[in-house]
Parts: sequence; C-alpha cells; structure tokens
Amino acid sequence: MVDSIYALIGAKPLFLWTDILIWFLVAVIFFGVSYTRRRPHLLQPWRRVSKSRLAMWSLAVLMVYVVIGLLDSIHFRYSLEESSVQKEVHYSVEAHTLLDLLLSDIRDSGEKSYSSPMAKNLFVQESIEREDGSVGRDYPLLQSAESHLLGTDKVGQDVLYQSLKSVRTGLVIGTLTTLIMLPFAVLLGIMAGYYRGWIDDMVQYTYTTLNSIPGVLLIAAAILMIQVYIDNNASLFETTEERADLRLLFLCIILGVTSWTGLCRLLRGETLKLREMDYISAAHAFGVSNLRIITRHILPNVMHVVLISVVLDFSGLVLAEAVLSYVGVGVDPTMYSWGNMINGARLEMAREPVVWWTLLASFLFMFTMVLAANLFSDVVREAFDPRLQSRGDK
Amino acid sequence: MSYIFRRILYAFPILMGVNLLTFFLFFVVNTPDDMARMQLGMKHVTEEAIDNWKEERGYDRPLLWNVTAHGSEQFTETLIYIESLKLFKFEFGKADDGRSIGRDIEERMGPSLSIAVPIFIIGILTNITFALIMVFFRSTYLELSGVVLTVVLMSISGLFYIIGGQFLVGKMMHLVPISGYVGGFDSFRFIILPVAIGVISGIGSGVRWYRTIFLEEMGKDYVRTARAKGLSEFRVLFHHVLRNAMIPILTGAVVVLPLLFMGSLITESFFGIPGLGSYTIEAINAQDFAIVRAMVFLGAVLYIIGLLLTDLSYTLVDPRVKLS
Repeated sequence: MVDSIYALIGAKPLFLWTDILIWFLVAVIFFGVSYTRRRPHLLQPWRRVSKSRLAMWSLAVLMVYVVIGLLDSIHFRYSLEESSVQKEVHYSVEAHTLLDLLLSDIRDSGEKSYSSPMAKNLFVQESIEREDGSVGRDYPLLQSAESHLLGTDKVGQDVLYQSLKSVRTGLVIGTLTTLIMLPFAVLLGIMAGYYRGWIDDMVQYTYTTLNSIPGVLLIAAAILMIQVYIDNNASLFETTEERADLRLLFLCIILGVTSWTGLCRLLRGETLKLREMDYISAAHAFGVSNLRIITRHILPNVMHVVLISVVLDFSGLVLAEAVLSYVGVGVDPTMYSWGNMINGARLEMAREPVVWWTLLASFLFMFTMVLAANLFSDVVREAFDPRLQSRGDK
Repeated sequence: MSYIFRRILYAFPILMGVNLLTFFLFFVVNTPDDMARMQLGMKHVTEEAIDNWKEERGYDRPLLWNVTAHGSEQFTETLIYIESLKLFKFEFGKADDGRSIGRDIEERMGPSLSIAVPIFIIGILTNITFALIMVFFRSTYLELSGVVLTVVLMSISGLFYIIGGQFLVGKMMHLVPISGYVGGFDSFRFIILPVAIGVISGIGSGVRWYRTIFLEEMGKDYVRTARAKGLSEFRVLFHHVLRNAMIPILTGAVVVLPLLFMGSLITESFFGIPGLGSYTIEAINAQDFAIVRAMVFLGAVLYIIGLLLTDLSYTLVDPRVKLS
C-alpha cells in the first residue's frame, strides 16, 4: 500500500536520525511555547526579551536560518527508471531534500571549475576552439552565466548552494548536542546537589575525570573509533547521507559528553543552595516525597540556569564544528558544512590570482548566525538571570 | 603539607578513570583485530598478517581477563594491565612509523611552549588592560562600542583569524614568513605572527570575561568605602578592584598553565610549527592510535597538575584561604 504511493510520487522518504531528532526538538519547543503562554510568571522574562529591539532582530535572523535548516531536514530518495526486467522499484542512492528542490536551478547548473561571483566566464583558462577554427587558451563561457551569486568552487559547484546546505549542519550541531546532553546534566546535577553524600562524590568524580581529558582529543579519539566502525560495516548504510548522518549524530553525542560537565556543576551548586531554603524544609515537614520535591520545587527553580546555558552554548558549538572539521574529526567530508568549506578553500588564498569567494561566503554565513545567536543569548541571559536583574534595579 | 599529599592521592582515581575510558575507546570499542585490519588495508588481509601485527605491538594478549594464565597472572597478563602500567610509567611506546613517542614529545615541547607561553602572557595582559579601560569608562559610548566590538570579535571563527592574518601580514605585506620554524634566536621571525593572531583571536571572549569579573567586584561594599574615603576612581580601580579580582583571574589562568605544554592544535598546524599540537593533528590524520592515546593521558595529567596549582595559588593571593 505505502510502497505503491511511493511509486506514484516517484520518491521515498528517508528518515535520518538527526532529522527525527530535529523534528522532535521542534515539537518540544512548540509544546514549551504553548505551556509558557498560559503562565504569566513564566512569560514575564520573555516579555523583557521581546522589548529589546536587538534581540528581536537577532531572532528574526536566526529564524531565517532555522527555516532553511528545517527545509533541509526532510530527506527523500527519487525512484530510478524502472527496468522492464525487474518489477521491483529501486531508489536513488543519493538523498535529496525539500531545499534541494527549491534550489534545483543553482544546484544543477554544472560548471567546470572556479568562477567568480556573477561572472560570465570561467575563472581559469582552458584550451578552446575559436570560431575561426584555431585553438587557443581562453576563458570559456559558463553554462549559466551571471547566475552564480557567490561564484563556483573548484569542481564547479555553486558556493551559495553549499553555504545554504551547511546551515543544517551548523544548526544540528548547535541544538542536538544540547538536547542529547541535557537529560544527563540536569538529572546528575540535581541529584548530586540534592542527595549529597556518595552520589555527590560519584557525580563529581565523573565530571572531573571527563573534564581532565582535553576536549578535542577526546572527540578525536571517539570519532576515529566511530570511523573505524563505519568503515568496517559499510554494508549497513544504503546511502552516503545515512553514513554521514551517523557520524554527525556521534559527533553531537561526543560533543555533548564533553560539554555537559559545566552545566552539571552549575546545577549542583544551585541545588545545594536551594535545598537549604525554607520552602524545601516545609515540603519535607509535610512529608512530600523526594521525587516530588525535586520535580515540583527544585527543577522549576533551576530552569533559568538550564535555559541560559543552552542559549550560550549554541554559538560556541557552531564555531567548534569548523575547528573540528579542520582537524579532521568533524563531520563527514562528504557532508556540506562551513568547516568543510573553509578546510577545502584555505589553500585558495595562496593561489595567484586569489580565489576568495568560498572563504568569504562561509565566513559571512557563519558570522551572521553566530553573531545573531550571541546577541540574542546576551539579552536572554540578562532577562533570566536574577543576579543581573537586581543589579539593574539599583 | 598533608593537604597537598591528599590532593595528589585524589588525582590517582581520576587518572585511573581517564585510563579506563581511553582503554575502552581504543581497545574495546574496536578490538585490536579491527585496528590491524584497518592499518593493513581493508581487504585481502590474512589471519597471519593480523596476528603478526598484534604480536609486534604486544596486542596479542586477552583484553581484560586471561583465562589461560594462573594465579595473579590472570589479571596481570592482560592488555589492560600492561598498557595501563606503561602509561603510568610514561612509557608511550612506539608510533606506527617506528619512532619513539616519548622522545618525539620531548623534542616537540620546546616549539609548542615558544608559541603558547607568549600568547598566554601577552593575551592575559592585553585582555585585562582592555577590560580595565572599559570598566573605567563605564556607561559611556566608549564602553558600549567596546561591548559591541567584543561580541563581534567573539563571533568570528578562530580559523578566519589565522587565514586572514596570514594573508594580510605574510602575503600582502611580506613582513614575516607565513609558516615554518627554526630553533634559537632566529625563531623570533616565525613566532611573531602566530602569537599576534593568537592574542587577537582571544581578545573577544577574554575581555568580556575579565569585564564581568571587574564589574562584579565594583558592586561590592569595599569599593563604596574606598570611594567614600575620597579616593580617585583610578586608585580605586587599580589598587582595590584589580587586587581583589586577582582571585577569580588566577583560578582561570592557573588551570590552563600546564596545558600550555600541549600547544595549540590549530595555530601550530596552520603555521607549520613542529610542536605537540601539530604532532597530535598529524597522528589523528594518520590514524595513529598510540600517539593519540598518549596525548590524551598526558593532557589529563597536566590538567590535574593545573587543578593542584590552582589550589596552592589561592593561599598565595588570598590570605583568608587556608588549605585544610
């Protein structure tokens, strides 16, 4: 039944792990927003955020990125031409997304090599046949002249297309990493602060140990190991996207492992302070169970710490991706990402004449997103941090 | 004294944890068989070749528990015991190309330090200076533009500082070589560009960090007292606030001090400096697990030394803190 629908459309959806998680995150955020809207005391700090024009502009910029990223998170595979011998339908090994459909113009206009932004001719000389029949070296005309807003790269692919496709990678790393590490950090941090004793010792031991390993090296070690696993089990993956996606997911997990310690320590400290409060003692006196005290009285009162750290971490993680890809332990080399773009283009500055547009494009796209995230997180932190509030009131 | 001793003892379980984690990553997730197959080429590998590869490196023992041995040897004749013991004795063994990892690390420490130490010292001084200036001129347009500038600087990837800096200074102005390294006095020419870029790329987050520390101190009572005594703003800032802010500044700075030995991955590999950072990158690219494992362990040891130094330095700056 389902198969016949796929055959009719000529495409079959491909559910990548990160796609599922991304849409799950969207659902969580949607739920969170509708939950907050009904509670005025939760809405109050957001009112303060919405009063800041800077924050609203940054949010608008971020939303543009999010829409691009979400469009790029619906994957499907085209069915191949049916052969008369086999009845079974085969699907392309290359996955496409909704974003690819929208950008099919610039995606498919295949040039041969470098061309500068909005150029008519190729950037490099080739031997071509002139009209009078003689052969000479010249700059040949492009397939689609003046249509590449940001030029094309070494193999003739549109740079704007690459930059747009990289948006998803950046967003996935910035958000999923936090999503993955959040349950551990919140659970362990609150438990350590609330129960103290041996649980506290265990949690502290765990995060000191993880902290003592230099982050990049731990990530490098883990990614190298995952790569060995992927290479040894190549048959598990039908498409290159699935293979790259598994590596991306593990990169998020391992980044989460290295970055949850900071939040965990903050939460532990905050819970230690909260558990001495009068209202917690009162709850104890009334015979409220530990679990209920944690979920009803402690968790809501540390949520601002969680929120601030989530927003603050985002831009750092996006920047980290570029560095990791340069080291060779970032996302899969076949995946579009700003890190891979920079890595591929860094030697182009040494060319004569200089090929500058790939670097400029990745710089602009990354800088805009990180700057917007930084500005937005500053405002959020000021609105939610009670300490900063009191300072402002003085 | 007994405190220091206890802290050193406390470091051992942490190192054990690090060791277990790396062992798990490097030997359990992928067995030596997998690694052998990858090193020797994916296909057309005979069992003999794998066994030879393992024997060469001493990886032919069982991982966790030796069933064939007797008594305590059941535990000691295993990969986990022998490999852990080697790390704790700082015997890192040989890299895949046959060079001694220990000697390589010793040789490469010098170049790493010659980059990392100047970046660290000049960086801290610059950041504190800028942060003090911003706090001194607080609530003016000078501060506002300073805050905006730090956010902008923070939003630029470290890679672009290096690429841009190399392009401007090395290629367009032909002032200093783009990359490379020589020992001795001549190294100055090679060091100056990476150091400058290292300092500049750290300004954004650094200045912001010190500024929050200073602002926090400015809100305290002793500052109000000092002002009430009629001291000039300059004197309050440099004699009172700066001294008290030394405590949080030290916490941040001393921890990273031992890690300077590890060098900087990105800076070193971009500028072709033969330090430990580029050593690690080369190892990662060559998939040389022995080197990566050694560097992970070394990094953890240095970090723990950093924590210890932080505790000790507290007593030096803040007479109120007593070790107990």
